[in-house]
This record gives sequence, structure tokens and C-alpha cells, in this order.
Amino acid sequence: MAECHPVGFQWVMEAKARGATVIHVDPRYTRTSALCDIHVPIRVGSDIAFLGGIINYVIEHEAYFRDYVVAFTNGPSIVTEEYRDTEDLDGVFSGLDPERRRYDPHSWQCEGVPVTAAPGQGEQETDTPTGQRAAADRTVTPAAADGTVTPAAADCDETLEHPRCVFQIVKRHFARYTPEMVEQVCGVPRELFLAVCRAMAENSGRERTTAIAYAVGWTQHSVGVQYIRTAAILQLLLGNIGRPGGGILALRGHASIQGSTDIPTLYNLLPGYLPMPQAQRDQDLEAFVAAASAEKGIWGDARSFVVSLLKAWWGSHATEENAYCFDYLPRLTGGHSTYETVMTQLDGECKGYFLVGENPAVGSANAKMQRLGMANLDWLVVRDFSLIESATWWKDGPEIETGEMRTEDIATEVFFFPAAAHTEKNGSFTNTQRMLQWHHAAVEPAGDARSDLWFYYHLGRIIREKLSGSTDEMDRPLLDLQWEYPTEGPAGEPSAEAVLAEINGWDAEGRPLVSFKNLRDDGSTACGCWIYCGVHADGVNQAARRKPGSEQSWVAPEWGWAWPANRRILYNRASADRQGRPWSERKAYVWWDEQEAKWVGHDIADFDPSRPPWHRPPADAKGAEALAGDDAFIMQADGKGWLYVPTGLADGPLPAHYEPQDSPFPNLLYPHQQRNPVREVFPRRHNRYHPDPDTDGSEVFPYMLTTYRLTEHHTAGGMSRWLPYLSELQPEMFCEISPELAEERGLEHNGWATIVTARGAIEARVMVTDRVPPIVVQGRVLHQIGLPYHWGPNGYTRGDAANELAHISLDPNSHIPEVKAMTGDIRPGRRPRGPALNALLEDYVRRAGITPDTGTEVRSGA
Amino acid sequence: MAPNPFRSLLEDTDPATASGYVDPPPRMGFFTDTSICIGCKACEVACKEWNHVPAGSLRYTGMSYDNTMGLGADTWRHVAFIEQRKPPAGRLPERAGTDGSDGIRWLMASDVCKHCTHAACLDVCPTGALFRTEFGTVVVQQDICNGCGYCIPACPYGVIDQRRGDGRAWKCTLCYDRIGVGAEPACAKACPTDSIQFGVVNELRQRADRRLAQLHDAGVLDARLYGRDPGDGVGGNGAFFLLLDEPEVYGLPPDPIVTTRDLPAMWRRVATAAALLAGTVALSFFRRER
Amino acid sequence: MGIGEWPVLRQVTGTDTTGRGRAVKSRRTDGLRSRIADADQVVKSVCPYCAVGCGQNVYVRNGRVVQIEGDPDSPISRGRLCPKGSASLQLTTGEARRFEVLHRRPHAADWEVLDLGTAMDVLADRVIETRRRYWQWEHGGKRVRRTMGIASLGGATLDNEENYLMKKLYTALGAIQIENQARI
Repeated sequence: MAECHPVGFQWVMEAKARGATVIHVDPRYTRTSALCDIHVPIRVGSDIAFLGGIINYVIEHEAYFRDYVVAFTNGPSIVTEEYRDTEDLDGVFSGLDPERRRYDPHSWQCEGVPVTAAPGQGEQETDTPTGQRAAADRTVTPAAADGTVTPAAADCDETLEHPRCVFQIVKRHFARYTPEMVEQVCGVPRELFLAVCRAMAENSGRERTTAIAYAVGWTQHSVGVQYIRTAAILQLLLGNIGRPGGGILALRGHASIQGSTDIPTLYNLLPGYLPMPQAQRDQDLEAFVAAASAEKGIWGDARSFVVSLLKAWWGSHATEENAYCFDYLPRLTGGHSTYETVMTQLDGECKGYFLVGENPAVGSANAKMQRLGMANLDWLVVRDFSLIESATWWKDGPEIETGEMRTEDIATEVFFFPAAAHTEKNGSFTNTQRMLQWHHAAVEPAGDARSDLWFYYHLGRIIREKLSGSTDEMDRPLLDLQWEYPTEGPAGEPSAEAVLAEINGWDAEGRPLVSFKNLRDDGSTACGCWIYCGVHADGVNQAARRKPGSEQSWVAPEWGWAWPANRRILYNRASADRQGRPWSERKAYVWWDEQEAKWVGHDIADFDPSRPPWHRPPADAKGAEALAGDDAFIMQADGKGWLYVPTGLADGPLPAHYEPQDSPFPNLLYPHQQRNPVREVFPRRHNRYHPDPDTDGSEVFPYMLTTYRLTEHHTAGGMSRWLPYLSELQPEMFCEISPELAEERGLEHNGWATIVTARGAIEARVMVTDRVPPIVVQGRVLHQIGLPYHWGPNGYTRGDAANELAHISLDPNSHIPEVKAMTGDIRPGRRPRGPALNALLEDYVRRAGITPDTGTEVRSGA
Repeated sequence: MAPNPFRSLLEDTDPATASGYVDPPPRMGFFTDTSICIGCKACEVACKEWNHVPAGSLRYTGMSYDNTMGLGADTWRHVAFIEQRKPPAGRLPERAGTDGSDGIRWLMASDVCKHCTHAACLDVCPTGALFRTEFGTVVVQQDICNGCGYCIPACPYGVIDQRRGDGRAWKCTLCYDRIGVGAEPACAKACPTDSIQFGVVNELRQRADRRLAQLHDAGVLDARLYGRDPGDGVGGNGAFFLLLDEPEVYGLPPDPIVTTRDLPAMWRRVATAAALLAGTVALSFFRRER
Repeated sequence: MGIGEWPVLRQVTGTDTTGRGRAVKSRRTDGLRSRIADADQVVKSVCPYCAVGCGQNVYVRNGRVVQIEGDPDSPISRGRLCPKGSASLQLTTGEARRFEVLHRRPHAADWEVLDLGTAMDVLADRVIETRRRYWQWEHGGKRVRRTMGIASLGGATLDNEENYLMKKLYTALGAIQIENQARI
């Protein structure tokens, strides 16, 4: 966090000054480690084992927050008899279909009352049967006069004793994650591991909370979503969600990467985490809404969100008769993520490509395949500040150097458009805390530099003009599109605030909406992104609010605007007990005020403020109205925080440790299941995987590699490698290795090394340092190699790109590649130039005995 | 009686008053608490942006994460990185002997011009380019500097330096043009963890004393203040530090002495010699006339 | 320089008898102005690098950005910036930025400069043509109403409003392979 989010780290330092214990788990000793209380060097790719070990400790030592678990989690829910755990099936869950490389999740349901995943959470592009939409509803009697609640469990066991209740399943599932196992799998000494367990357990409960912060060190794995899930289970068990000082905090690396997920430039989502329609399932609005809705919780109102979105896009053309132009939405057939898009480029199916502030030739896994895909396009648009690698690969890319491609053979037409900077345009970023902040234009962009708002508005305008006479049905969505925005200034810049107003939405009279609760499913409201509804309440740009922090409470509600409803901590109902009383005075956040008969406190209650803690909804209530007074997790279809995920995940209802795609170690926890069985693999010529551990050829790639960022640079370098002030601070690509590895491979400090995988070979300066210590895993010494991934061949400071080494093997939920844990070799000296580079690679592939099938299996033991 | 022109070199006094400022504002300076430095180098960049300091060359050094290698004409804030095989003090007791990295610590410290109470650079400057501001800081006036370079060997810390291709001497101005309008120096303002603190020197000294006591109480017995003591060889610094090891570890002289300390005595001898010479000359004339 | 400004005279006649302080203050030093105090306008902004969302004050003078630094009012960042945020001035006003549209024709060895208006017009033609050529009404017997011919990557560095127009236009075009850094 000190490395990549230094200014955010000030609050960690502040907490430390007030007595907080700071624990840093990282294979490397970083600038964060230098300031923490406990640094835990961990083997890359083993975090589920580590966190699972803490879960086991917390349950074994009865250190979980029982009242919280009973009140707010699905721990008491009973799982169907059909469910089989990894404990029963030798490392996989019930429902695995090896032929189709996927799970059928039906057996994972909770008993009698199947629940749906929140649309944004899950993405089983499947035949998940509709009709199983009933919410799990726990019937609980009203609070007695003494304030105690007597549960009358229908499909749950609040004693947590039922052998098929979630809590017991979780307990059994993690029982094998012992301190001994953690030591063997993660390379973390038992005493150190137990020190972390004790610190977390002692710092959780009524009086104290523990927060977990993570970044792409957890997501970029073939089982990445389950890393986060493991943390979520732990935090729910410890009662650390929805409470001040708690939570799981994703530290995101781009100014509006949260915003670009909320208003998604993502293939599988529509604004506000509504799903994109799927061809198999969503042929009409009703089917789509049925799939997107839940009986209970906020998603119960999904129809209003969808219809309001369609009204925002197609305006008066969207009518009840034509199902609000639902048919204008294109449909998905399976995955269409950026990595799958590269495959369609290579296959000649995708011919036009826009790159907008992205540099995949350096920043995406398997950089070579990114370039080969681009070389197969008809046209490519690059919008950026400078000539990044993704703009110039056709004349000076690595494949030109090796002779694999010749510029004159490349048919791709390339357009480079200079982009405007944040100081030259109005707009909002959504930060990592879901807070929208407006930035105001200070000056006009120079020359032909333009904002992306300008670019897309005018591109759309010109396309619509060119098609204006068309009667072709395929052009209707374009011609009927609401695309009138006021423009201003000499360049005709569209008004960003007008766009924000559309995102916020309006009613039938054109008045700005105040809250998503105002949205209707009858076409009388329009709203471009329901979770952002309220950001332009009263016609005021709430994201531009800047009341100084020193002039308001510590929650600072009048700085910017956080979705939803300007709420700063989600699920904050959980900060009070079942009766609505703060768990402790020290940790009071929102609570039920008897006198005022409403929820009060430091934040906006994540809840209907007048709904008492003992409220029980009528049997026929739907959506938000169906939430009981203690259903803290209002987005979930059962109102509970999920220790166990009955639906919505592609790779199991519980996390299980699987080894990375490329690993030098067998899976000690599940000896017959080496890798995530449903990870997404792409066995292509330039995307070869490494051999299984302890098989012939595996010794060719004996070390583990991990990629990361440095404080001084930014991601793929487009915003840092061109700046002299930043470049001089980290002027060359380097690798970090231990003195022991240097000795073993004859590498000299400040000399050169070549790092090799089956995908690529790169060179880097050698930094020999104690900060990347060898660790002992399964009785063997393991060396890990650290690789910053900022560099590429262009810019003011140049170097090889670490992503040349990476394979494409994706998490099946998020479709994110596994660049945080790979294997490879390292040798002294610079890499070969020209065709000799590929000869070196071919030699490695041959020596390792790699075939197209290597590492692509579903079941290891089978 | 005319004031003794050398008084300020000999006594602990307010350097601004000693330089002729009547009723100056309080002396301003930096307290850099390296125990909370995260080595992000925001100070280096913020300084360069504000002061238009040229970027240096691209030179990978392999000296941990330090690639700017020290203060100079083009680096007015510099972050040192020191990797040590030495367990960090004051961490959780239960950690002892269990942590794979227990044996190492990584010191980071942002160095800067010390703005000495007795500043030799200023003493030796023949042009008046170097001058003492009303805030007690030491600043080079670039319209005056003729690039003679006398100041460079005079600095006991090796801070001030001539810029290549320009010849003039450059160093930290403690953002004279910012503090004059009530703003913080750029480095202190940017510093994410408040490792660099700007303020009234007397108040910073008290703050540093409290922080030192706190660290000592926490078992960080290596912690020490550097440049805080008005009784040291430079009369104390306007920019002083809390370090976690010996100054030499950070590349700082352990016992800096103002290189012009002996100047007053030297000048007295020069004056005596001059008087003697004048007397001799007069005598010779007298004799000749006779 | 008037005779009264001679440092020696000021040293002898003033309180700065050592000639190291007030007496030697140059006219330039005396006239030193701070470009934050002299700015015509201070524009409120947000750091464009990571997602912490540090507040920035952008100082404008004579229509140019002259300084970018932390906004002390921000409860997130309290005026502080990391090295990247501190380099925002160089990012936005440095020499590395390009201001011309460049075009590389198929098989060409180098770029050509292209007029912005022409480039937009040509690009619109390319989009229309590719969309039409790779249009799908059905896939596997199901209605899909889309084109697989066009893809897009990017958005995490952009504004919400920009992402919104992108998603809206792409969806109306029937393009579904729309992605950003969140997947990477």
C-alpha cells in the first residue's frame, strides 16, 4: 500500500500511531513492510491456504463473533443434501462437468429456498434455471420486551450445530488448513502465522475491528475471486464488515477504475451492475428482468433499473409496446473478455479495435499475443498522450526485431488521436471508496488533443449523420439513440455535466431524481446508472461538493458523493446488533434511536431509516420491502452476508487452495487436484503452459515469478515512463532476487539477467537484495523473482516488458489473468537479439517437453 | 558601539536577527522524521516541479531504490535507501525470531539542505549571492551568483553544488517564494506521511523531542535527533532529522563543523597583520621624508 | 541599479553589518513572486493516477497551467500527493505529449499527420463498414443483434461521463467486446 497508494497509506500510519498493529503479507519486503509491525513473506499463489488457515484458527479457537455470525451471515442456513464438498470429492465440488470445464451449481443451493446471486456478482452464462427465484427468508419472531430475539428458524439453525448448516460446512471445509499445512504450503513459519492469527482474533469483536486491504496481488490468479472470498469469510466470521475500521478494501490502481466498473466499459455488464443480456436466456425483457432480479433485497427492483436505463438511452422510442427497446441490446454468447477478444482478433473475427488510455502491448498478460492480435486487425485506434508501444508495434515492436513480422506485411491501419488531460476536461472519477469527485477543466486542450467525451460524442454524431437515411433495422438502435448533448467552447466539447445529469436521471417532467428509490418500471423515469442516482439531485452536481474536511465530521459526507445514496460504509446496518444497538460505544456507527424511531448515526443508514430492527416484512413483500429489520446485507437475496456462496460463482461455493497454473509444487491440500479445475485456458502456439510439478521438464522452470508496481511508475508506463521526473527515479527495468539465487545462478548485482518462460524471454538489471528472501516450501528452498512490469521499448526510460513472460490462464469468474504467480528460469547476461531470441524460447520449450496439452487438464487425478 | 560583525558566528542566536533583520518572523525550518518515511520520493518530484529543477540523467545505480544518489545542484531533496541486515527495533515482541525477514530493515530518509545557523556557504560567498532570509534560511540569489564555487567546499554536508552547463550554485531555498506567501515548502506539502514537517524551528524542536521520547519508550533505542542541537558545530540546523541509526549510515557527517568557524580569529590576525603592514609602510614614508 | 542599492552601502548604513542578510538581497529576490499567489485561477481537480482520489489544486495564469499540487481541503488526501501525483504538471504540460493526429496506412513504413476532422470522418466510415461486414443477427440459432468486428479496451483512466458515452454508443452499435483495465 505504501508502494502503490502512498497517500492512502497516511491513514495506516495514523492508525499505527494510535496503536494499531500493521501486518503486511507479501513475498517481497517492500516499502510497506518497512513500516509495518509484522511482515509475512509468503509464497506467491498460496494466499487461500494462508487465509484459510486463519479461518480454521478462528473457528477452532472459537474466536469468531458469534452474535454477528448468527444475526447477519448465512452461517445458520442449511445447505441441500446433494451438496458435496472438496472434503468429499477429493478436491473438487459437486457438479463438476469435466467435458465442459464448468460446474453445475444446482447442488450448492441452500435448502428449500434457492437464492440468486446479485446480478453483478455472478456470471454463469448458462442455463441456470429461472423460476428458482425465491429468497431465503429466515422467519424470526419479533424482539421480546427485553430486547432479546427468539429465532424461529425455518431453514436455518441459529445454534450453528446442524451438520449441514453453512457454519458447520465451513468448519469442516477449512479443518485441513492447519498451521502445519500453512507452513508447508505458504512457506510461513508456524509461529509467525500464529502471531497473525492472534493479532486478528484479538483485534476483532465488539470493541475492535480489523480491516484487510488488497490489490491485484489477490485478483490476478486463476483462482483470484476465491482469494477475496476467503477474506470475506474471515471478515464475516470476525464481524468486521459494515463496521468502522473494518471491511475488505480493494486498492484500485486507476483514477476511475471503480467508475469504469460501475458504469462499465466491461463486456458482461450494463450500468449499475445489471448484466448484459445473454442470447441463451434473455430473448425478451421479461426473461431478462427475471434473471436480473431477486425476490428480496434491492435487486428486487431490477425492472425499474433496467427500464429507466433503456429510457435514458432510447428516450421516447422506448415504449411499453416495444418493451422499451430491449431488443436493441446486443446479446452475449459466452465470454467476451479482453483476452477472449485477443483470440477473436487472432482468428480474424474482430477487425477494429479502440485503445483508450490502455497499453496492452506492455500491460496485458502475454504481450506478444496482444501485438499479434493487433497485427491481424483492419484498423486500430489509439487514444493517448504519447506514442505508447500499442501505437507503434508495427514499426518497432519486439516482433519486428526478431523478424517474425515485417512492417510492410502488416495491413493494420492505425490512427493515433492525442488525448486531453484531466486538467483540460470536466468530469468525475470514482475513487476506490466508491466516491465520485468532479474535476473541473482548467484550460482548453492544445492542438488536436481532445477529451474522450468529445471523441465519442462526435464519432457517434458523425456515424448517425452518415446513417441518417438508413431504413435498415440494424441501424435503428443508433438512429433512435438519445444523442443530443449541449456543446460548448471552440472545439464543441459536449457538456460533461449534461451527461452526469442523464446518468442521475429524471422523472416524467424532466426533474432530476433524488434517489434510486424514485425509479419506476413504467417508463416514467429515465436513469443512466441506477446506483449513481442522486449524484445530480436537485440539479446540483453533488460530486463537485468540496466542503473542507476540517469543517465537517470524520465521515466527511459533504465531500464528493459516494454511491449508493452518498453512503460511506456499505452494509452499515451490521455496525449495530440485532436490536439496533451499537456493538460497543467505541465502534458505534449507525444505530436505532428509540425516541426518534429511526436509524441515526455518523453515516446514512444503509437501510430504510424508519424500519425498526424488529421489523418483519409481510409474506407477500418484494424487493427492498421484503428486507427484515436485521437483514443487514441488503443487496443479497437473503439479506445475509455469505460465508458460503450458494450461487453466483463459477468455481465453487467455498474457496479451495489450488496451485497456480504454473507452479513448482504439488497441491498439498488437495493432492488429486492440482489446479482450479474450471480455470480458463487457451492452448495456443504462443501461450504454452509449464509442465506439472515433479514431472519431466518441470525442472526447466524452477523459480516462481511475480509482477508488481513501483511507487515511481504507473502501470504500463503511459503516464510515467515519458516523464523525466519519474523516470530518473527508477530509470531501468530490473529484477529483484536473493543473494542465494544470485549465487546459485551466477548472477551479479547490477549485471544483467535474462528471465525465461515458455512464452517469452526478457532482460533486466539484477538487484540482489535480502528483501526477496528464499523460503522453504514443502521442505524445499524456493527462490522467488520480483519483476516490476512498467517497462516497454518506448518512452523516456525503456526496457523489456514483464508481461512478455505471462501466460493467459484466467480466473473463471472475473476472467483476470494469473500474472502474480508464474514459474520461470533466470540466467546471467542479456537476452539474445533477433531470431536468436525465438531459438532460445524453442530450446526451453523442447527441453521442458511442452506440448499444446501441457497444463490444460481439468481433473489432475483422473 | 558598532555591533561585532562576527558575533553571529560565535553565539546561538537567531540567524535572521544576526543578519540585520529587525523584528523578523520566526525562524522556519524542517523536521524530517525518517521513522515514518515510506521512501516514495514525492518530495523529490514536488521540489523539482515547483522549483523547475532539471531532471537528472537516467542512471540505474543498484543502490537499493536510490537512483539520484545524493543532494546536488539538480536534486534538492534526496531520499536515501539503506538495506540492513539488522532486526528493526520496537516491533511486536512475538515477532522476534519468527519472521523470515526479521533480520532486515530498510531505512529511508529524505535529506535536504540543513539551513545551518552558522552557514559556511554564506560566509564565504564573495558576491552576496548567498544570503540569509528573514526566515533564517539560506538562499542562493541566482541573479547575483557568478559561479565562483567557493561555497561548494565550504558546506560541511556537501549540499550545495554547481549546475552543469550553468555554472551557478544551486540548492534548496526552503521554498522562499512559497513560505513568503504563507505556503508550505513543496516537499513538506506533498509528503504523504508527514515525515517532512515544516514549521517554526523552536516548535519543531519540541515536536522532535516528543517524538524521540515516544520512540525510546517504544523500544526504538536507535532513534536519535540529528542537527537539532544549537550547541553543535554548526549552531544547530534549520532543517534537522530524526534518524534510526548513526548519521554515517545515511551519508551524513557525524559531527559537522562550520568550515568558517575559525574565520573570526583569522580575520583578527589578518587585521593585526594589516595594521602592522600599514605601520611599516607609514614608517617607511616617514623615514623617506626625513 | 541606483547607488542606494549597492550592497556595500546598505551593509555599512543598515543593520546587516555582516552583509549576509537584508543588505545583500537582490532586486530579483525582492521582486520574487509566488506563482501560487499570482495565479489568476485555482481550479479544483482530482489526481489522475491511482484510485485513492487525492484532491488537486490546479493553478492557472494567463491561460496556462503553472502549478498542480495537493488540495488541503480534501478529507482523503489532506493536501498530500505521491511522486506521480506531484508530477502531474509534467504529465499535463511536459514535452512528451502529442497534439497531432497521426495515421499509418496499411503496410506503410511510417506515420503521416492527419487533420482531426478528416480522421474522424474516415474513422466513422471504418466503424460503419466493419460493423456491417461483421454483423450478426443470430448466433447458434439465437438472436444476438451484434457485431463481433469491433472491440474496445480502456476506461479506467477516463471519466464516468466518458465511460457512459462509450458504453452507450458501443451498445447501440452492437459492439459487445468492450473492456477496460479492471479485467487486467
